[in-house]
Amino acid sequence: MTTTSLTKSRGAGRAGDKVFSGAALAAGCLILAVLFGVALFLVVQAIPALVASPDKIQGGEGFFAYIWPIVIGTVIAAIIALVIATPVAIGVALFISHFAPRGLASGLGYVIDLLAAIPSVVYGAWGAAFLAKEISPAYDWLANNMGWLPIFQGPASATGKTILTAGIVLAVMVLPIITSLSREIFLQTPKLHEEAALALGATRWEMIKMAVLPFGRPGIVSAVMLGLGRALGETMAVALVLSSGALTASLIQSGNQTIAAEIALNFPEASGLKVSTLIAAGLVLFVITLGVNMIARWIISRHKEFSGAN
Amino acid sequence: MSKRIDVKDLNVYYGKFLAVEDVNINIEAKSVTAFIGPSGCGKSTFLRTLNRMHEVIPGARVEGEVLLDGDNLYGPGVDPVTVRSQIGMVFQRPNPFPTMSIRDNVLAGVKLNNQKMSKGEADALVERSLQGANLWNEVKDRLAKPGSGLSGGQQQRLCIARAIAVEPQVILMDEPCSALDPISTLAIEDLINDLKDQYTVVIVTHNMQQAARVSDRTAFFNIAGTGKPGKLIEVGDTHTIFSNPTQKATEDYVSGRFG
Repeated sequence: MTTTSLTKSRGAGRAGDKVFSGAALAAGCLILAVLFGVALFLVVQAIPALVASPDKIQGGEGFFAYIWPIVIGTVIAAIIALVIATPVAIGVALFISHFAPRGLASGLGYVIDLLAAIPSVVYGAWGAAFLAKEISPAYDWLANNMGWLPIFQGPASATGKTILTAGIVLAVMVLPIITSLSREIFLQTPKLHEEAALALGATRWEMIKMAVLPFGRPGIVSAVMLGLGRALGETMAVALVLSSGALTASLIQSGNQTIAAEIALNFPEASGLKVSTLIAAGLVLFVITLGVNMIARWIISRHKEFSGAN
Repeated sequence: MSKRIDVKDLNVYYGKFLAVEDVNINIEAKSVTAFIGPSGCGKSTFLRTLNRMHEVIPGARVEGEVLLDGDNLYGPGVDPVTVRSQIGMVFQRPNPFPTMSIRDNVLAGVKLNNQKMSKGEADALVERSLQGANLWNEVKDRLAKPGSGLSGGQQQRLCIARAIAVEPQVILMDEPCSALDPISTLAIEDLINDLKDQYTVVIVTHNMQQAARVSDRTAFFNIAGTGKPGKLIEVGDTHTIFSNPTQKATEDYVSGRFG
């Protein structure tokens, strides 16, 4: 053995390493470049709207007055969607992963995944043409019986094309995302931890509370945030379902608007400063989504020590 | 606080496959019984039938009787959840709940019984259980830290503390030292010796020296071949099994002339 046999390396193996690390680096850089390009485009195109004199912006009171009602509309629609979808999705995911017989579980899994394959315009059409009509009696009931709550203040929309309907449609759309991710996480719970809980005398539900949910917590947060991302950015369904208008507290009257739908509905006929205004709205949506993702990361990292990854 | 176990004509199945055939064994209270035998002979499978953990696996089932002080664990109307709270289990790999602190790990089983416990009582129980598992001195200053931060041997003793916190009648151990270094193994073996003053202990081990060191009685399981069911070959005082067994197969196994 001479020292050269140690310093020499197998040429092919090294080349494979170099190609792989180069490809990985390129892919990483590409993502950053695309993101940066989009951000740059949004900022540059949005500047005219941000610096324009208030009376030139739609509504005549400046960009801020224009944007904040639709920011709140966007957030309201997304929150409605998540409040409805999250518990249902986690329940369905748990049912598939831990309760259903194997045959039923895989069938149900396919059906849920199928929900994700339906184009959003179809959801929009369903929401506008069917759900809105069917649900309006319920809105009447809410207005009559719970109208003292500002969010259910009457008179209810006769068409049912309200922000609550839009939120429900969004809930159906984000349901498959949250369900399939949570299901995968729940299935990955180590058998060891499940058996530890069972051996202590836990019932199935107690085992889930003790081992499955804590283990899956970061995954659930990620799943919900992905769902939130879709709910915030969803355009077509909201544009079709919601009969938009000024910001109102009541969820069962027509009114409110989301950023994505506002852009989609107005962009085709926009020109000049109006285009800048809409792009600036897009920039705001971009920033909101970014913020949501950062909060999600923070929530996950807060409990890193207890994550089970170590 | 300890009960004896009598097993009568027990057959253990995975679906249609008969994994362990016709076991009859009496396990004395307040003693350590070791199960030894080659890999795949069904000793772990059999151990898991003693607290109804076997049936957690889909398709797994059991025929025969397991009597805990005369009460059949497989009798009609018996809730496996209750059985498991009376017969604790320690697994091959240490499995403290990673999302819980050391303290919460110890209290995990107790909290299941939905008893409202004052903080003082809980603290006392945590200390008592960790003392009982010879772990108190090592962790008393970091009870709020995650259990997964401990060494393997400490984690295993934490699992034992968690098992004894619910004050079971019997403690089953499924190769508790196979993932541990010799020093941690010694710590666990010392602990097993202490535990038998209060509990009935059943331990599965691959390590014959360990069986000889810790157990009062030893049961030898064997398998005739792949696909054949495992059988209990003989059971007796540990000293007898290792020095003067009645069966040829046992003698071959304990003297290392196996296979």
